[in-house]
Amino acid sequence: MGGMPAPQTVPVETPDVGEVPDIDRAWVTIVWNDPVNLMSYVTFVFQKLFGYSKEKAEKLMLDVHHKGRAIVSSGARERMEHDASRLHAYGLWATVDQS
Amino acid sequence: MFTRKGSGCVARLDAVEAEVLRDVLNEVMELVAEDLDRADPVVARLFPDFYPRDLETSGELHRYTDDDLKAAKLEQAGAVLGALPRGGGVVRLDEEEAETWLRALTDARLALGMRLDVRDDTNLEAEIDDAVLADPTSPRVQQLSVYAFLTLLQASLVEALAGY
Repeated sequence: MGGMPAPQTVPVETPDVGEVPDIDRAWVTIVWNDPVNLMSYVTFVFQKLFGYSKEKAEKLMLDVHHKGRAIVSSGARERMEHDASRLHAYGLWATVDQS
Repeated sequence: MFTRKGSGCVARLDAVEAEVLRDVLNEVMELVAEDLDRADPVVARLFPDFYPRDLETSGELHRYTDDDLKAAKLEQAGAVLGALPRGGGVVRLDEEEAETWLRALTDARLALGMRLDVRDDTNLEAEIDDAVLADPTSPRVQQLSVYAFLTLLQASLVEALAGY
């Protein structure tokens, strides 16, 4: 390869996730597993608060149970804080995060 | 335990069961009525942080939301206390009342469950057996039994209300 000029390379910009403006990323409400709340009660709360079908509510509950957490709603940040506070009122362990 | 009767949920509580519920709900009310001690794991669980990795924003939200959540918890515990038949008797709940009971029972179970260090793999019957063998008169035997009772009562109320 001696004598050949090195090819010009354009450095590739890797986007820094931390610099993406908030508005470009969805917010999510997460429910975490806890050892106290009953599976049937958690399913009931998901149906009640989000209007989910029994099947969808049950699947989310099982995700919480087996994977330790599940995203139960997504959207604007204020909306997620509202969802989390409604879940807190039912005794579920909910937090807000960016997806 | 609760069963569905028409549009309502009905249970017959004996005197001891009514007294147990009175005690645990009074304890929840005392805990919640005080200035919240966030270092207490029960308080931290009843009033969770919205942003576990951002305590400053979480603190701000607590300032906005804690009073409402406190008021709701006091109201639901008070509603159940008010409906408990002294000396035992029949409790009849419409759907809204049943939900109030579910939330109040959840608070009581969370508080007691945290104090007893209940975990996902906790086998309640085995725990009670062990505690009885160690000392049948210990507070732990009593508390585990109360927790087991609250669990069965809540499960029966979900089933009576939601059908599962």
